[in-house]
Amino acid sequence: MEHTLETTITVNGTRVTRRVSARQHLVDFLREELGLTGAHYGCEHGVCGACTVRVDGEIVRGCLMLAVQANGRTVDTIEGLSDSGEIAGLQAAFHRRNALQCGFCTPGMLMAAQDLARTRPDATREEIREHMSGNYCRCTGYHAIVDAVEDALKQSAQTGGKR
Amino acid sequence: MNARAELPLHAPGTQVDKGYIGQSVPRENAKRLLQGRGSYIDDLRFPRLAHVVFFRSPHAHARIRKLDLAQAARQPGVIACFDGRAVAEYCTPWIAVLGHLKGIKSAPQHPIAIERACWQGEAVAAIVAESRAQGEDALAHVEAEWEELPALTDMRESLAGKYVIHPDLGDNVCFKRELVTEGFDAAWAKADIVVEESYKFGRHTGVTLEGRAILADYNAADHSLTVYHNTQAPHMMQDIFSRHLGIPEGNVRVVCKDVGGSFGIKVHVYADEMATAAISVMLRRPVKFVADRLESFLTDIHAREHEVTVRLACTKGGDIIGFDLDDLTAIGPYSVYPRTSGIEGNQVVNLTGGPYRHKHYRAKMHVVFTNKNLTCQYRAVGHPIAMALTEAIVDRAAAEIGLDPAEFRRRNLIPDDAYPYSEFPSGIKFERLSHHQCLDKLLALMDYKELRAEQAALRKQGIHRGIGLAAMIEVTNPSPAFYGVGGARISAQDGATLRLEPTGMLTVMCSVTEQGQGTDGIFAQIAASAVGVTLDKVRVITGDTGVTPYGGGTWASRGAGIGGEAVLQAGRALRSNMLDVAAAILSADKAELDIVGNEVVNKLTQEPKLSLAELGRIAYFRPDTLPPKFQSELTVTRHYTPRDYAFTFTNGIQASLVEVDPDTGFVKLLKHWCVEDCGTVINPMLVDEQIRGGVVQGIGAALFEECLYGPDGQLLNGNMADYLVPMCGEMPDIVVAHVETPTKQSALGAKGAGEAGTAGAPGAVMNAINDALAPLGARVTVQPATPERILEALGKV
Amino acid sequence: MKPPSFAYARPGSLAEAFDLLERHGEDAKVLAGGQSLIATLNMRLSSPAVLVDVTGIPGLAGIAAAKDKVRIGALTTHRAVERSAEIGATLPLLAQAARHIAHVAIRNVGTFGGSLAMADPAAEWPACCVALDAELVLASRAGERRVKARTFFRGLYETDLKPGELVTAVEIPVPGKDHRASFMELARRVGDYAIVGVAALARAGAGKSGKALTDVRLAYLGVGPTPMLATQAMAAAEGKPAADAAAAAQAALDRDLKPTADLHTSAAAKMHLARVLTGRALAALAA
Repeated sequence: MEHTLETTITVNGTRVTRRVSARQHLVDFLREELGLTGAHYGCEHGVCGACTVRVDGEIVRGCLMLAVQANGRTVDTIEGLSDSGEIAGLQAAFHRRNALQCGFCTPGMLMAAQDLARTRPDATREEIREHMSGNYCRCTGYHAIVDAVEDALKQSAQTGGKR
Repeated sequence: MNARAELPLHAPGTQVDKGYIGQSVPRENAKRLLQGRGSYIDDLRFPRLAHVVFFRSPHAHARIRKLDLAQAARQPGVIACFDGRAVAEYCTPWIAVLGHLKGIKSAPQHPIAIERACWQGEAVAAIVAESRAQGEDALAHVEAEWEELPALTDMRESLAGKYVIHPDLGDNVCFKRELVTEGFDAAWAKADIVVEESYKFGRHTGVTLEGRAILADYNAADHSLTVYHNTQAPHMMQDIFSRHLGIPEGNVRVVCKDVGGSFGIKVHVYADEMATAAISVMLRRPVKFVADRLESFLTDIHAREHEVTVRLACTKGGDIIGFDLDDLTAIGPYSVYPRTSGIEGNQVVNLTGGPYRHKHYRAKMHVVFTNKNLTCQYRAVGHPIAMALTEAIVDRAAAEIGLDPAEFRRRNLIPDDAYPYSEFPSGIKFERLSHHQCLDKLLALMDYKELRAEQAALRKQGIHRGIGLAAMIEVTNPSPAFYGVGGARISAQDGATLRLEPTGMLTVMCSVTEQGQGTDGIFAQIAASAVGVTLDKVRVITGDTGVTPYGGGTWASRGAGIGGEAVLQAGRALRSNMLDVAAAILSADKAELDIVGNEVVNKLTQEPKLSLAELGRIAYFRPDTLPPKFQSELTVTRHYTPRDYAFTFTNGIQASLVEVDPDTGFVKLLKHWCVEDCGTVINPMLVDEQIRGGVVQGIGAALFEECLYGPDGQLLNGNMADYLVPMCGEMPDIVVAHVETPTKQSALGAKGAGEAGTAGAPGAVMNAINDALAPLGARVTVQPATPERILEALGKV
Repeated sequence: MKPPSFAYARPGSLAEAFDLLERHGEDAKVLAGGQSLIATLNMRLSSPAVLVDVTGIPGLAGIAAAKDKVRIGALTTHRAVERSAEIGATLPLLAQAARHIAHVAIRNVGTFGGSLAMADPAAEWPACCVALDAELVLASRAGERRVKARTFFRGLYETDLKPGELVTAVEIPVPGKDHRASFMELARRVGDYAIVGVAALARAGAGKSGKALTDVRLAYLGVGPTPMLATQAMAAAEGKPAADAAAAAQAALDRDLKPTADLHTSAAAKMHLARVLTGRALAALAA
């Protein structure tokens, strides 16, 4: 039985192969092996959402998935979504609305917000609050985050939801 | 003392232009954070970096009979193991007392406990390993034998001296204060009405999303220590590392990278962080400690935990005569270094009754030791307690008299024309507040009358809505009276250096730090406005003792008011120096020149005369073309210390609208309003969300957050599933508005805004819940107001 | 907070999984979505020698409708249940409950079968399965067997699963067309484990004084060591119009539930809240 396994993951479009410890969770893999430090640890028990990344297109808690479980799959992080421009509209809205202070929760917030933009682009303010409720922010009062997501959804509806 | 001027920031006689002051400019440094490209301590990569993990006491109070680290040391990846004695060789202990808190006492605290652990979670040994996981693996191989000692968890038992935690101190009282104004008894005897109530405030903690983190890198070659630390006070930490590790101050450099939230949690000296710095010296290599979430709950400072009885006396006409306070609070086994744990209780005494114009006051306050985690200053220190109990008892008095709560407040708030106000009975002094303007603005903003009518209509349908008001004052811009006079080496002044670069860019270096509140952004706004450049030309550097002027850092809502003023003064001085250079280049009269939009212009015609890039080029590379003996000075440093008042108080008022489900005890927050006066608002968008974030932390206190301990001193809910922080789904929209009464102590006129939200929200929410419950004959006086507690108040369980 | 060291295997078939489970016995833990397991590993509350990741076994995920029942594969994620049009149409109780399970990022990974095998008494799916009288399909080297949800949950985190046995699917009888469903819970925050919740079903037909409820089924979460089927309350409510049914069920509920205090809520308050939800759920069924 192997405690370390050769693991291949396509991260932000690039295939990487590493021999990883079975116990290493996905965010540790991204941070320690690949130097992608955008996903953060806030609690390491699945509550705070700071480690949210996308696996095969769906958001997951990076601290509740082992790197070996992602073998053969596709992982997208905040760095990848930033570079591809996929979340440029959300990022602009967050910036304009000051929907972040310390920025530690922000990558996870943006991941969650983008999930909403893709699955429920017509979400109401109440639905935005419910959807974002798995991501902890201690700095803002959430109000600006809700404003920013609302702005971005509206903006994207006006431009025909190009993504 | 410098001559004082109010805004505008441009020279008198020119156009009246506040520049970027008052503009909601997005923060430049947020762009990095939005791409996940910030750099927090745990993101740093160093060669030979070792990880420190701590073996922590499983008991609240126990003597260490045996501690054998031999097996742990043999585990894979383990570099070294240290007990308290080993680390004590390199780091001296501390006792957290302050001279001006008369009689305060505490026991010596070591980086790692030596003979005895006094709370569950206190570090007892350190393991240094090549990875965090390997370090944690080795923890299971530490052999410890304990002799359990009685754990003191109840503050009344502590006060009564059931056991004495530190026998050398004689009793468990860390600090006490009593105060009574002259003629109190006589005035009190004349009261028509006296209302009395007791309140309990749960213990809570800051839960910064980024844990405490320190990376210490000792260089044995030159006996120097560089510490990457997510602290709020880098110069204070430089001094402390220097003194306790025996390294000359000049050899210690503290660097703050991006900081993932602080709220007062990261302004204190933590034993495990001191141990980490010592271990770097011991091992002569970089070592890192990042508190994980379970460690955060056990060791990040906690706060609050007060039991208070308060009485209010007033006339039947509704004039408040005075307050009578008895506060008991527990702080864990040690006062926290170097600010002490006596401040919160002291603030409760100072601030109770704060917004009102009564004349009489009696207060008694005890701070006692217990075997729980340490408590210390966390956002709004004492304010949430003082404001909530004041506002709750004020509502009781209003109800007793039959006055509307808003009217009762209007009658008693200190009048807006009464300033400067030196008659407040606890002794604090107010420069200039705007309670009545804020109240009027709030009532209009929330449409108070309409809401009351709606509330009455809904009650007939069995819907129980409540409206709660909470007026408040807030300590900001503290002078040396806060810590310095007590002997703490905590700077009350801050400095800013501004440098014009050859291309016409501006570099700002300031001793106030950035933790996400937008310090860098507002300093850029102030600097750009003061000098006359556009915002894109400004770069700001904070959080590095090797680079910035000396100063206090970020705490007590001081960054904008103190650091901002230093930036403004430096900016004005630099602008003057730049005009000297321009006058020399142009052979013009300096008085005829101004700087606007990156150009030297003619003051009257606004005609561009010289770009700043050209000014920089000549000053730096062709000074030979300037008049003989002319020397340009394009780097300027200025400092600022508030001295006229001990604190520059701000004021404001909040309102909460809730709906209580009397069947379930659940509270739905429908909306929240805050009108506050932080003087000059530099960036309304940043201030508004600061206020909202503070409000949400206050709502956390009122409804959700509580560190629950068992009778044996075990923390029962030290994880994020069981310690309930406010999340997006339950929070209301929060409307924020401002009244601007600039302080006349500075040219900028800014007061602090960071803690107002947290100060007022718990009282507003508690009052709203009780307003909703009033027709049902129930009242909740314990925070957080959980469904259980509300059902209990309703007699349903 | 890093998990202790363990070995990992990802079998490609049930047979391979059974081999691994047999070989490692109690040292092995089954990993499906892992949304509870990995948190406990991170906290070192559990230290298995081997994790057997069953998510590579084909055929264990998916929702299939037969004529009078719906089969949900054990590896079907909460999110797939939530999004399934089939479930929305045939088992609205599950559709209502799904959105109460944690948050989207967790629902994307956590599995239906995993939740049942974990048997958290505060979880949503166990109570729903009990209310719906679902049948679990359990497989081991010895073959397949079926167990009713109502007997599967034995005690706190304790089930009828034998060593080496896996939940492979759940078969849920589709209630009649005139049945209505109501799932309600009281959680402090969106996505938190509820203090108390109820999965309720009944047929709402015409009665003398309004709609009478028949085939009433009430299963509770958070008020006992297992999901609790409130047989006394069900019997009390049976055949009565909603208001009477609620009063009768509430009066009987003491005999059905065995709440224990959690960190924030006493047993008495839980009992009270269960009664409140009972009234609300029955009213919703009749509405």
